[in-house]
Amino acid sequence: MSKHEDNIKREPRKQRQGMGGPMGMKTQKAKDFKGTMKKLIAYMKPYRISIIIVFIFAIGSSLFSIVGPKILGKATTKLFDGLVSKVSGVEGAAIDFGYIGNIILILIGLYGISALFSFVQGFIMSGVAQKVSYKLRKEISEKINRMPLKYFDKTTHGEVLSRVTNDVDTVSQTLNQSLSQIISSFTTLIGILIMMLTISWLMTVASVLIIPLSVIAIALIVKRSQKYFKQQQEYLGHVNGHVEETFSAHSIVKAFNGEKKAIEQFDNINDTLYKSAWKSQFLSGMMMPIMSFIGNIGYVIVSILGGWLVIKKTIEVGDILAFIQYVRQFTQPIATAAQIANVLQSTAAASERVFAFLEEEEEVKDSEDPVSTDNVKGGVAFRSVHFGYNPENIIINDFSADIEPGQRVAIVGPTGAGKTTMVKLLMRFYDVNSGDIFIDGNNIMDFKRSDLRDIFGMVLQDTWLFNGTIMENIRYGRLDATDEEVILAAKAAHAHHFIKTLPDGYNMILNEEASNVSQGQKQLLTIARAILADPKILILDEATSSVDTRTEVQIQKAMEHLMHNRTSFIIAHRLSTIRDADLILVMQDGDIVEQGTHENLLVANGFYASMYNSQFENEAS
Amino acid sequence: MGKILKHMKPYIIAIIGIVAFLLLQAVCDLSLPDYTSNIVNVGIQQGGIENAVPDAIRKSEMDKITFFMSAEEKSQVLNNYSLLEKGKLSQSELDKYAKEYSEIKNNDVYTLNTDDKAIIKELNAIIGKPILIVASLEKDGIAALQKGAGASQSLANIPKGTDPFLILSKLTKEQLQGMQKAINEKFATMSESMITQAAVLYVHTEYVALGRNTDKLQTNYILYSGLIMLLIALVSMAASVVVGFIAARVSAGLGRSLRKDVFENVVGFSNTEFDKFSTSSLITRSTNDIQQVQTLMVMLLRIVFYAPILGIGGFIKVLSTDTSMSWVIGVAVLAIMSLILVLLGVAMPKFKSMQKLVDKLNLVTRESLTGMLVIRAFGTQKNEEKKFDKANTDFTRTNLFTSRVMVIMMPAMMLIMNGVSLLIVWVAGHQIDLGKMQVGNMFAFMQYAMQIIMAFLMISMVSIILPRASVSISRISEVINTKGTILDPQEPKEFYKGLNGNVEFRNVSFKYPGAEDDVLSNISFTAKSGETTAFIGSTGSGKSTLINLIPRFYDVTKGQILVDGTDIREVSQHDLREKIGYVPQKGILFSGTIESNLRYGFEAATEEDIRSAAEIAQAVDFISEKEEGFKAEISQGGTNVSGGQKQRLSIARALVKKPEIFIFDDSFSALDFKTDAALRRALNAKIKGATLLIVAQRISTVMNADQILVLEEGQVVGIGTHKELMENCEVYQQIALSQLSKEELLS
Repeated sequence: MSKHEDNIKREPRKQRQGMGGPMGMKTQKAKDFKGTMKKLIAYMKPYRISIIIVFIFAIGSSLFSIVGPKILGKATTKLFDGLVSKVSGVEGAAIDFGYIGNIILILIGLYGISALFSFVQGFIMSGVAQKVSYKLRKEISEKINRMPLKYFDKTTHGEVLSRVTNDVDTVSQTLNQSLSQIISSFTTLIGILIMMLTISWLMTVASVLIIPLSVIAIALIVKRSQKYFKQQQEYLGHVNGHVEETFSAHSIVKAFNGEKKAIEQFDNINDTLYKSAWKSQFLSGMMMPIMSFIGNIGYVIVSILGGWLVIKKTIEVGDILAFIQYVRQFTQPIATAAQIANVLQSTAAASERVFAFLEEEEEVKDSEDPVSTDNVKGGVAFRSVHFGYNPENIIINDFSADIEPGQRVAIVGPTGAGKTTMVKLLMRFYDVNSGDIFIDGNNIMDFKRSDLRDIFGMVLQDTWLFNGTIMENIRYGRLDATDEEVILAAKAAHAHHFIKTLPDGYNMILNEEASNVSQGQKQLLTIARAILADPKILILDEATSSVDTRTEVQIQKAMEHLMHNRTSFIIAHRLSTIRDADLILVMQDGDIVEQGTHENLLVANGFYASMYNSQFENEAS
Repeated sequence: MGKILKHMKPYIIAIIGIVAFLLLQAVCDLSLPDYTSNIVNVGIQQGGIENAVPDAIRKSEMDKITFFMSAEEKSQVLNNYSLLEKGKLSQSELDKYAKEYSEIKNNDVYTLNTDDKAIIKELNAIIGKPILIVASLEKDGIAALQKGAGASQSLANIPKGTDPFLILSKLTKEQLQGMQKAINEKFATMSESMITQAAVLYVHTEYVALGRNTDKLQTNYILYSGLIMLLIALVSMAASVVVGFIAARVSAGLGRSLRKDVFENVVGFSNTEFDKFSTSSLITRSTNDIQQVQTLMVMLLRIVFYAPILGIGGFIKVLSTDTSMSWVIGVAVLAIMSLILVLLGVAMPKFKSMQKLVDKLNLVTRESLTGMLVIRAFGTQKNEEKKFDKANTDFTRTNLFTSRVMVIMMPAMMLIMNGVSLLIVWVAGHQIDLGKMQVGNMFAFMQYAMQIIMAFLMISMVSIILPRASVSISRISEVINTKGTILDPQEPKEFYKGLNGNVEFRNVSFKYPGAEDDVLSNISFTAKSGETTAFIGSTGSGKSTLINLIPRFYDVTKGQILVDGTDIREVSQHDLREKIGYVPQKGILFSGTIESNLRYGFEAATEEDIRSAAEIAQAVDFISEKEEGFKAEISQGGTNVSGGQKQRLSIARALVKKPEIFIFDDSFSALDFKTDAALRRALNAKIKGATLLIVAQRISTVMNADQILVLEEGQVVGIGTHKELMENCEVYQQIALSQLSKEELLS
């Protein structure tokens, strides 16, 4: 029975690990296993009472099921004795069904209690696991908002996402299943050992001897298959990479007649993948048969010894049968031990990543005594600002400038020149390395971050809208705005008309990629959002291409409306905008190389002048 | 599905092999319980004595036994025994036999001279009852006889202690018959197996009397059976390993062949098919989906095939053990199945909604990551946290529900399994009492029952996974069944020699498959070699679509495109594309080196060609800044070079090919103004005699073209030079004015 018990228990895990083979060989190792586990245990502290109850019930459940075979053995002995005496012709001999019936009733009770206990512990444990993972996810999501932006320069969104989902999931699954599995296997192992010892120490010693055998077998297989498994993962990566590359570049492949080459290359890696794939599959598939063979060796050893002991009259027939069942159960926890070790490793790795994230440095705390932003007019001053995304690479060197309230500042430069850096400094997404930025004479460090950011309105080229209605998306600028205010803002942004033409109008839900409205329309929505926010200082990113002419004119009008009487920083592409600016900041390779008005800069005949002129150079000249 | 089956064809023999080895494994696995039961029945309970037929017996005892047989039976029994008479044996022979049967020195001994199982079985049926009679006579002496003889007066007054056999030999025929009848009645209630079991006890005492070492006999039997059992286990393991081996190769082979087929097919797809499936979906189909099928295949071959074999085999075994108990198995299977069905019925809907909730959680997280700047700018972190909390709560709640349902599964399953064992003990106990089965058989039965239940469990587990995999299968076959729509003609023509790259559009209209309106309608123009033709217009005006028709990424819906006077649908795609140097909107590079990328269109290019192409494309500067220069690595997707650099490299790639027709699909917009201008200057200077087709956004890019086509909503609204268009084309003026001031445009 027990053998099957463990078979079933393992089933869900196998599924979860997907293609990992029975040993789940995708294990990633944690750098600091012990430390991480300690942290995880500390994290679980609020649930210690529940966990203690779970422990008790898990132990109880295993104990009750462990005594089963021993008691059942009594019934079989009785059955056997009754039979023997009957066969030998003893007068009035019969099998004592009353006794056997009682034992069966007792066993039904025991197994019932065991099942109940097991259910209770699973019920409590899954509650704990879900609560813990809920809390972890919540903390991660809140942490995201407290981290400095520079963290996300070196971490991809995918990595953060996989912490919220995969890593937390791994931890939760382990808590849900493995924890109680560890406890019950451990209890089962000890319990069985005791039960076996009560039957016969000699047989116990003999069956314990097969443990090293199983361990060696497991170790050998795991070692070999792991090698091929890694190879398989590697080549799978190659195949997937090649597929991705070829498919994404299929127009190039076609245009350059590269189909044959692509197929040849593919066949090559595909073959290599095949070789490692079947080997790893084969080796990991050998585990079960070998383990069950070792189990059978144990069985035979026990039978032989048992038979001998029965002759010697040291034990009874029922005891052998009970013992045989124990031996079967005994090999299982060992087989799962390797697996659990793997699970623990990957759990440690996952929780290490989660905790590392939660422990990341946060934004510098706001000033204790913040300056009010109520009467900000919008004057901005930069005083010998130095900044670099990393200290070795300072890209803004000693930048100073004064901007009066209501002035327009155009930031120009080739793509990738770091035009948005200025914006990020102003809004304190990043802090300057040295120097100061003032708004109306107050250092921006003295404001509350949220107040400071409230001063600004942002319309970026990379429009960000979320999965929700258009109304909700515009209202994002000021969450307490009424519907009327939202519509007013949309009108001001020249967005009202097109919104009305959409199905469901303001209640149309933007899909996940917000691809059900055009790029230009998105831009108009973000402008409406900024108008609703009514900021003191504006930051605008001019649309470059992707918009049709008519919409572009509308966007320009809307932006014009928005900039009226406001200090604005424009990441500019259009010469007309640039020319009209009160101050032009010229950036190259992340550095501000020149500043001044259009005329000043042309006279200076520097980078700006050369950039400006290059556009109209005659190609023939 | 059919296509997938086709891929299995090469493996038919392998699969037959798998089934054969699975059968072998099943036979082994199913006979293991037999041996375990024999070890208990014979080895332990019967002291290693298999049946009532002794392989050696004292002559005196044999005589007593044969006394209770018919003459026929007697001769049949004695025929299979040889008599060892101590008088006739030589001293050496005597010594030899005495080692085993020390009693031979005092008594003559019969030894069994056959090991034919069928004969022994027959003998067992004959000899059982007489042995029991003799045994009871020997045990109870004359009393047994008196009881057995019942009414027979003549025996009543024989004093106790008289040898009953002496009396028997003096009985009359009638008396004997009467007695036998009485004895038969006594044994009528005993089944054959019980008679055998009882007779075995007599044989055991006889062996002791013969001076045989019965303990050794027992140990030997267990050792022997154990050894056979191990041997069978070994065969079972070997069979299972062989199955694993073949299954691994078959499934990996299937994966390989599917991957190859899908890949080759997709490479043949035109843009139409790519649009239909979307590139990312095609990628998942050829990677994850195939991997899924591969995993399923292993399971299918190892578990799904095995489960029914084992289940049916188990059933056959159960039926042969005892028919009257097979209902227990039925009850067990029914209980397990209904448990699974009920739990799945409860949990399945929630399982299904789970994926949506995970997606929602991902979406909210992704939004808060991509919108980080906006969120912080508007200070709406709390709002985001609220949104996340809702998604998190929903997910947690559903997750808790399903995991709790699954929590019921394990204990309930165990309870059923244990309950079944107990039921078997109880029912089998009564069967044993009736002598219909032995204790060992009960255990064999239990094991069969578990094997059958496991088989059902395996099947139901797989039936959960199967639907998921079948989705993958249909996704894959969808790709395999789709054929590229742009094909080479049956008999491709050759291009006229001597001409070099004139492109002519004749009344070309184009409509995307399934779309209602034309993207391009009725377009005619000629692009001559040595000249530059530029296309300008707002997004969605169809300019990219137009030039994508030239390399036949799509086929025209109406009209025709001619290259050097030949309709491009009449030549092979290979020949057509050999003439074209194509530079896409986004710089797309392949993993490898800068050089391997530049050589992509023309493997045999010289170092010189490559260098000069890089020079024209304004790529030399950044290439020479790299340590390895042209040998610098390009990572997959070209992530280690900037967008502008990618674009310049992809321009150089087209240049290396030295084609007759260049197509620049808005290729300059990722470049800054300065590089853009320098590049165009170099192009004009170095590329002579080729046809240049340029799609652009910036007026400055197209200003100096020989011919500019202005497109709006799929139609040509203006054609001419910059100067001409500035005078007569309103759309062109609009575009121009939005970008440049009047003075600049006229300067």
